[in-house]
Formats: sequence, structure tokens, C-alpha cells
Amino acid sequence: MLYLVSVIDDQTGSATPTEMAAIDTFNNQLEADGHWVFAGGLASPSTATVIDNRNGEPVLTDGPFLESKEYLAGFWVIEAPDLDVALRLAAEGSKNCNRKVEVRPFL
Amino acid sequence: MGGVQEAITRAHHEEWARVVASLTRRFGDLDIAEEAAAEAFATAVARWPLEGVPPNPGAWLTTTANRKAIDRIRRENKRDDKQREAQMLYDDDPPDPLGAIDDERLRLIFTCCHPALAMEARVALTLRMVGGLTVPEIARAFLVQETTMGQRITRAKAKIKAARIPYRVPSAEDLPARASGVLAVLFLVFNEGYLATGPDTDPVRHDLTAEAIRLTRLIHALMPEDGEVTGLLALMLLTEARGTARVSASGELVPLDEQDRGSWDAALIAEGHRLVRERLAAGEAPGRYQILAAINAVHTSAPEARDTDWSQVVALYDQLVRLDPSPIVALNRAIAVAELDGPEVALATVDRLEDRLAGYHAYHATRADLLRRLGRSQKSRAAYDLAIELAGNTAETAYLTRRRDQLGT
Repeated sequence: MLYLVSVIDDQTGSATPTEMAAIDTFNNQLEADGHWVFAGGLASPSTATVIDNRNGEPVLTDGPFLESKEYLAGFWVIEAPDLDVALRLAAEGSKNCNRKVEVRPFL
Repeated sequence: MGGVQEAITRAHHEEWARVVASLTRRFGDLDIAEEAAAEAFATAVARWPLEGVPPNPGAWLTTTANRKAIDRIRRENKRDDKQREAQMLYDDDPPDPLGAIDDERLRLIFTCCHPALAMEARVALTLRMVGGLTVPEIARAFLVQETTMGQRITRAKAKIKAARIPYRVPSAEDLPARASGVLAVLFLVFNEGYLATGPDTDPVRHDLTAEAIRLTRLIHALMPEDGEVTGLLALMLLTEARGTARVSASGELVPLDEQDRGSWDAALIAEGHRLVRERLAAGEAPGRYQILAAINAVHTSAPEARDTDWSQVVALYDQLVRLDPSPIVALNRAIAVAELDGPEVALATVDRLEDRLAGYHAYHATRADLLRRLGRSQKSRAAYDLAIELAGNTAETAYLTRRRDQLGT
């Protein structure tokens, strides 16, 4: 079962070197235990561009599709047998990256 | 006929959770289990009066429900085999090393009370799947629309499936925290019955307190060694025992020291005391429910209010404060201190809680009472006003109003 663990942030400053080191260690552990699928950090929402090409003519909008105080700053995709395991890993992830996270199952 | 009706009610109480749990286990789907169990009971209602009560009602219901579930799965499999399989509840199911608590109903309870579900969803789901209450009954109990309650339960079941909340008893290391989550759900149901809120609500809802006690008895039977489960059951029994004495014929709350102790339920008190003694004999450090039960045991041991061993009550609250430093515990401790050291000392403690409890009716009711006993009528009246404004229980409002109106000017 795949879960998306979204990192929720409310500031533009990215992770500190200490946080980065903790995240690396955590990622290595995820890999060693067979939970790792993919992970990445994202640039700030102000760098986003929304494209709507539903009508054949791509319309570009500068900025994120949703303006909010809190936004997606990064994510993990993890493999876990059930929500209890996913929540345990996400709790570790939250501690290591020092941010709130949201856990959502893939369909 | 009366016998059959009774047999059906008894079977519903005793077998509902077992049927739902075993079907969930077998078919990996709460929805199918719930629907098939409901159909099996409906079949019993239709057939038992004509054919007689089967010798083993539980086995009959399980077999019937299994058949209903298989019928439904056959119908659905024709439609969409793969999707259903993908959504089966996850159950990795190694035989449980905990032995004593390996009962299917426990899996059901822990799944319904999973911390990833909102508290109100846990309460609703537990009452439906474990308690066997119907959606309209649960909706009435919590004063919400039936459709709202139906959606709440549907949404919770969908989340359990989609997010793969496991159907199992938590591992030994998670068990204490998860068990306390289950007890929180049951305590909430009990309190909603005992301190029912709402202007048009009976002050004590015995349907809810009885259901909470029944479910707690079930958990106690499944986890007899767990001290906090025993403690919560004792606490509920000792509280319920005073239920009828707590509201007067005219619908007014009767405080503990004015209650007719002869009308307390002696059997419930005896059972509660026995459970508290059992925990004392175990010699383990008690958790909060055990301490609260012990406090209630002290109260219910006193033949008259003036016989209450207040130093014992305060000592137990001291113990509770160390576990739970919440302002509400501190407020209740102060009420006991007033009996031991006088209202002046208690008031000083209570006043320090204002920042955190200014929106809580019991804070103002306590102050009002202490100020009244100190002869500070004007301040007392103001505190009663605030308490009345904030209180949600009809019997309590009536009591506070009378007390306020008795104050001299």
C-alpha cells in the first residue's frame, strides 16, 4: 500500500542544515527497511505556474492554484502494509524534518 | 410471544458485536458485516416468533449473517471483482501472542476507536458496530440529524477501508495508549448520558449511560487484567448508582451532600466497591479512572454526607493531579479541600484557575457556592449568573437558579 506523506510548512525558509541531516538519516532508514519509494522538497509556492489546457489553448497563471498560509513544502511516497505503520513512519518524518505532515493513501 | 421478544433483545445485546466482528474478519469489510448482521437480526425478528427460538441463537445468527454476506458478495462480484478485492480490510493476522485478549470483538473495538478517526466518528462507529444501536438511535442520542449521523458513519467506514486502518488488536507496545483511547470513547458516551446537555433533553439519559456501561463490561470481560478498564467500569457503576438520587422529582439537580443515600442503587455500589478493592489488591500504580473510581468509592462508603472521609478524597485528588495536571482536576480537588480546610482556602485555589476555566460553568458554580458559604452574597450572585448562563444541563440550571434566588441581598 502506498501513502503520500506531505510536509506542511508555513514559512519560506527551507530546512536548516541540522534538519537536512536528520532527513537524510531518516531517508536511509526508510530505504533500509523497504519503505522508501520517493521523496523530494519543493520550491516555494511563489515559483508555481498553473496551466489549464482543457480547452485546447493552454492558459498560464502565475502562482499556486490555492493561496494559503500553509502549503506543501515537500513529500515522501512510502510503502507500508497499513495505516498504523504509515503513521509511525510519518511521525518519525515529522520529527526529523521538524514540520507537520499529512498522511494520505493512494487509491 | 413475550419470551421470543425477550430472546431477540437478549441475542441482540449478546451477539450483535460478535456477529459483526466475525463477519468483518471473514469478509474483510465493515460495511458488508454491518449490513449482513442487520439482515440476520431482521430475519430473526420475522422467523423466531413463528418457528421458535433456535437452541443456539448466536450460531443461528452468525450462519444466517454469513449467508446474507455471501449473497451480497456474489451479487457484487458480478459487477466489480477486482475493485472490491483491492478494498478488503487489511488483516495480516498472526495469531495474537497476547492470548487472553484475542477476541474478534476486540479487533472491532480497536478499529472503531482508531486514533486516525475523529472522536465523534469513533463514538458513532463504536455505538453502531459494537453496540448495535441503529443510526436513528445514535442520531437522537447526540441530537444531530439522521442523515448527518449516517454520513459520519459512512465516511468513517470509507476512511478505514481506503487508508487501510488495520483490523487487529494493537501490538503490546501500543496497547496501553490505544486501550486508553477506547476508554475515552466509552467515558464520553457515559458522560453525555450522565450530564446530558440541551434545553429539551432529559437531565440524565439512561439509554446512553446503560449502553456505555454495557460496552465497558464487554471490554472488561475481554481485558480483565487491565486496571484502567476495571477502574472505568467501577467509576461508571458508582456514578450510575446515584443517578436517580441526583435529580429531584421537580427536575432539579441534587448535590451529593443533599442526596437521599437510601435511594442509591446498593447492588451497583457493591459491585463498584468490589472492583475498586480488586484494583487496590493488585498493588499497581493506579491510572486516572482507577483514582476517580476510588474517590467515588469513598463518597459511596459514607452512610451520611458528614461521614465522608475528606482527607482521603483530597489525598486521592493529590494523586490524580500528579497524573493529570489539568485545571478541571484542580477545580475538583479544591471542592474537596473546601470540606477539609474551609471555603476560604478553597476559594484562593479556585480563583487562580480563572484564566483557564472562565468559560466552564462548573468553575463559576464552584465559586458561587464557596462565596455563598463565606457570606459574600453579592459576589456569589454574580458567579451564579455566569454559571447559569454557561450550564447546558436542565437540572443543573434549575438548581443553580434556586440557589441564586435564595441569596440575601
